[in-house]
Amino acid sequence: MIPLLQAAALVFVACGGLAVVVTREPRRQMVVVSFYGLLLAILFFVFQAPDVALSVIVIGTVALPLMIVLALTKVREQASLREQREGHQ
Amino acid sequence: VSGRVRHAVFLASGAALGLLLLWAVSGLSPFGQYPGPYGTILNRIAVPQRHVTDVVAAVTFDYRGFDTLGEEFILFVAVSGTALLLRTERGETDVEPQHAEDVDAEAQVGDALHALCYVLVAPIFLLGIYVVTHGHLTPGGGFQGGTILASALVMLYLGGEFASLKRLASSERTEMIDAVGAGGYVVVGLAGLIATGAFLQNIVPLGPIGELYSAGTIPYINLTVGLEVGGGLLLILSEFLRQTLQVRASAQAKHDQSSSSARENAPKQDGD
Repeated sequence: MIPLLQAAALVFVACGGLAVVVTREPRRQMVVVSFYGLLLAILFFVFQAPDVALSVIVIGTVALPLMIVLALTKVREQASLREQREGHQ
Repeated sequence: VSGRVRHAVFLASGAALGLLLLWAVSGLSPFGQYPGPYGTILNRIAVPQRHVTDVVAAVTFDYRGFDTLGEEFILFVAVSGTALLLRTERGETDVEPQHAEDVDAEAQVGDALHALCYVLVAPIFLLGIYVVTHGHLTPGGGFQGGTILASALVMLYLGGEFASLKRLASSERTEMIDAVGAGGYVVVGLAGLIATGAFLQNIVPLGPIGELYSAGTIPYINLTVGLEVGGGLLLILSEFLRQTLQVRASAQAKHDQSSSSARENAPKQDGD
């Protein structure tokens, strides 16, 4: 039973990693990355590393997506500012 | 380089890498068969030797405690560097929101989410404290508990309470918690050096196996790591939030002012 779960978790993580790479739009990619963090947590859990699973839940599904979305917001803000300035000249 | 050449190069290098990987994997021992001696030995000696019930904690904070100190300082330097990059630069102004309503209006969080986040903050914080303090008994420890502690406060922001998060986790405070945590690890190590002549040597009674007060210095190191990780993560996240929600390019502010005054006055000067 446990090897089956481990194999399934490995396959899910492989598919999830592919999905992260295939998604090109940054905002959508952020959502996919947070799901990927959850898949990694399951992988670590079935491989008997519950402590690592705990930290990957927080880092992968909350902290990393939050940082990405904040960075995106900042970049967009700068871009719109530049556009505004160029539009005025 | 044309698309076709690029594809050819990718296919060739991909095939070569795949073959090398297959070669490497074929040399591994079968799945689930652990050939090294250390895991088996540690499982046998760690509990009687260090009075821990979580052998991972004995490895990370005792047998290779010095490596973990290095890891902790990697995190410390990374946090410092990120905080430095996220400072308010020249040409930017830190727009302090005048009223709590300004921030709340910006966040636009529904009542249900607001209430849920409020209710969750305390239990998550408690879970974080539990995970930090029971690192030597159950899976977890300073790193894991620290991230949970930080995420408890981030719940405040998700619930639309950025002002509360800022009040609770000001940069000065999180910086200090981060530094105290990082320094505390060194202090525990130095205490061992002074008392016994070896850095990070255990100086606290080992206590009964499975009790909260056991495992010598491991729970104290866990505590310092929990402070460092929690403070550091919170510092990075709140700096990110500050950059996004508060810091505005002052050029924009000036621009807005000039364009609005231009609209009010005669539209003669049009120079930017």
